[in-house]
Amino acid sequence: MTVHNLYIFDRNGSCLHYGEWNRKKQAGISKEEEFKLMYGMLFSIRSFCSKMSPLDMKDGFLTFQTSKYKLHYYETATGIKIIMNTDLGVPNAKDILHQIYSTVSMGLYVEYIVKNPLCVLGEQLSSDLFSTRLDLYIRALPFFSPRAA
Amino acid sequence: MAIFSVYAVNKSGGFIYQYDNYVHRAEAEKTFRYPLDCVLKIHDEKVVVSFGQRDGIRVGNALLSINGLDVNGKFTADGKEIIEYLKDSTNYPLSILFGRARLSSNEKLMPASMFHSLFAIGSQLSPEVGSTGIEMLETDMFKRHCFQTLTGIKLIVLTDPRQSGIDELLRKIYEIYSDFALKNPFYSLAMPIRPPPQCRCWASPCS
Repeated sequence: MTVHNLYIFDRNGSCLHYGEWNRKKQAGISKEEEFKLMYGMLFSIRSFCSKMSPLDMKDGFLTFQTSKYKLHYYETATGIKIIMNTDLGVPNAKDILHQIYSTVSMGLYVEYIVKNPLCVLGEQLSSDLFSTRLDLYIRALPFFSPRAA
Repeated sequence: MAIFSVYAVNKSGGFIYQYDNYVHRAEAEKTFRYPLDCVLKIHDEKVVVSFGQRDGIRVGNALLSINGLDVNGKFTADGKEIIEYLKDSTNYPLSILFGRARLSSNEKLMPASMFHSLFAIGSQLSPEVGSTGIEMLETDMFKRHCFQTLTGIKLIVLTDPRQSGIDELLRKIYEIYSDFALKNPFYSLAMPIRPPPQCRCWASPCS
């Protein structure tokens, strides 16, 4: 059971953070294009779910899975989207993504804004502290196990 | 009913079969006095609520009927424009039914074909080698299972999130498709499947 990678997008679609742990296959396109494709795909899936749903939805789209990986999605009220790709053994990771948002992301996000009044929201978070904290958090998850390369 | 719909999409993304089994669509009927306290707008040839969510009437709900008579797109059953009709205070008080808009078959066709492309993108963005497209998509209200056959036909089933045994159901539907559609000498491949009215075999595995 393992975590492959993690994306954080803001409400305009710019990627704030990307982390990779156990990714075997690259998408074959540049990172920028991959972020745009991922964001576009999720935007379409969300609008598609709201049209198809037989009853009014409370939370909306949660996860999807293919034969090899599972994608977990979490969106906050401010439009911040957190996407985590894991393998198939992981059950619903919504609580974990919520934790990532509230303790790791919000905790450091707020600190980052307060300490740097000139930083622009919407650009990639280049704080090393943020990346390290997030990395430690993911490695500490019960379903994360680094595979032998 | 735990199974909401069954769809089939051919390998070029065209819609070839649909079966819907919705039981209850959230609807709310209220009596209103002049002036109306929700803001309405025209969207896709329907009148929808854009502001003023309360009491079971949600943003995005469409206006389904006025005083018990079903509306016809932007016009009432008598042919008057709804927005103008609602601005006239002499027509009040009246009772309006709001609810989730029922999708026409054209509107169902677009998301089904869109799913076809999303399926392919899902496999391209995969962090693992050899992934297929999206097999199961989950929300809090429904689960959508997709089975892609070796010839590229996608069989899609929308169910309740707690429903199990869908893999077997998808295989069974594939069996029925090959027995009744493909072995029919009058059926052309990748064309919409129209079962004759006497044939209830498609509906039976869902009940």
